[in-house]
Amino acid sequence: MLEYSSIEELVKAAEDRKLKISEVVLEDEALQMDEPAEAVYKRMADSFKVMREAVVKGTDKDLRSTSGLTGGDAYRMKTYRERTGGGLMGDFMTGAVSRAIAVSEYNAAMGRIVATPTAGSCGIMPGCLVTMYEERGFEERDVVMSMFTAAAFGMVIAQKACIAGAQGGCQAECGSASGMSAAALTELMGGSPRQCGDACAIAIQNQMGLVCDPVAGLVEIPCIKRNASGCMIAFSAADMCLAGMVSEIPPDEVIIAMKNVGDALPQSLRETALGGLAATPTAIKLKEKVFGKEK
Amino acid sequence: MNVFDIIGPIMIGPSSSHTAGAVRLGTVARKVLNREPVEAYIELSGSFAKTYRGHGTDKALLAGIMGYESSDEEIRYSPEIAEKRGLKYTFVPTDIPGAHPNTARIRLKAEDGSSCEVEGASIGGGNIYVDMVNGMKVGFTGQMNTILVLHYDKPGLIAAVTNYMYEHYSEVNIGNFRLARPKKGGEAVMTIEIDGRPPEGMIESLSKIPDVINVILIKAV
Repeated sequence: MLEYSSIEELVKAAEDRKLKISEVVLEDEALQMDEPAEAVYKRMADSFKVMREAVVKGTDKDLRSTSGLTGGDAYRMKTYRERTGGGLMGDFMTGAVSRAIAVSEYNAAMGRIVATPTAGSCGIMPGCLVTMYEERGFEERDVVMSMFTAAAFGMVIAQKACIAGAQGGCQAECGSASGMSAAALTELMGGSPRQCGDACAIAIQNQMGLVCDPVAGLVEIPCIKRNASGCMIAFSAADMCLAGMVSEIPPDEVIIAMKNVGDALPQSLRETALGGLAATPTAIKLKEKVFGKEK
Repeated sequence: MNVFDIIGPIMIGPSSSHTAGAVRLGTVARKVLNREPVEAYIELSGSFAKTYRGHGTDKALLAGIMGYESSDEEIRYSPEIAEKRGLKYTFVPTDIPGAHPNTARIRLKAEDGSSCEVEGASIGGGNIYVDMVNGMKVGFTGQMNTILVLHYDKPGLIAAVTNYMYEHYSEVNIGNFRLARPKKGGEAVMTIEIDGRPPEGMIESLSKIPDVINVILIKAV
């Protein structure tokens, strides 16, 4: 049985048996949960379905968050993409980003989402994987399987470091989501288990130090846009590894480094809404707009 | 931990402590009332009092009171649904001294005049801590499957309940047991936390024991 104590453990387990990481993980989890593999797969497929629905509903033109601060940006991004034939980033990437925004905005509007690994970072994986499914013609089975690789990497991160903004800052939420997604994308594209590990490492490196500073304490500003960039970082990390680049620092060491950076972050930058963007004059005005003046 | 702790849960946004936890608190109150509520008076304390509107905590509490689950998409329309159902509701920001920052005190009334009061907090990750039920200290977290036995304070009743469980459902192991009785001979409550899931039919059979008023199950997350 797997312990999910290191990325190296997952990579080795897959290499030894000449399997994909996702195959090893599904088999192991079915055993650990004492359920048939197909039932475990089915549950993951249900999550993928919820992600696809959230993309559609989150792209609604009239969507507004409960606070009224956000909504409608996924629709803006989608129509911009169509109007300009892909803006600056190109058709594929603008599509991915608009999906990441859609799911994240839908979360802020009390819509149904899958926490991946948290609600605050729920847009990144759908931005990556729903896009691969809808625009690159990947089979649902392969996409859902890649989520097992993502989940296994998330389990390692949760055990070695953490996945909560209140504990490790945004790097722990969006950074983890991006690292997990990068690994899934790499596997989907036929990358080796080691390349999956490196893609995860690179994605986390590129968000290291990112603080959690939600305006008015709401999962909206800047969280929604950080889901968009987390999605792009996952794609670029996967592409770098598929091109043959490697992470000089091994993934397990990167995860520990992220933990140490998280521990060093002051309380004000860990979801308390006391520092960073949350402490700006405009953020304070927005907070008063939503909750009224502090008495 | 398994893969679905990382890819999951499937939930209603924006955050598990404001949505899932609040729905569960509402659910506990609904179960204690054990009837369709027609009136809800909800006091919010601490951070809940200051931020409930922006986070949708009010909608989530109301949804739980009406019997919705924490992954139901109806949650965000719960005020409209309450209006259609004829459920009158009031939210009152207040200060409950010493309470957890995310605390709600829910009072429900049914058509027949019966009522209940539940006080509890959403403590993060969809978990809750229920402090009081009908003025009685219960103090459970809902992390284990929890059975509340509301009953009249009569000699031998604790034995009647636990013996019944032992005789008919010997596989059930009690992890925690607590009794609260504000007044001799009045209403009392047993809080029983069990390992694993309660067997089919156990809750119904326990509620048929004489002098037991109502037995409810609060399922673990």
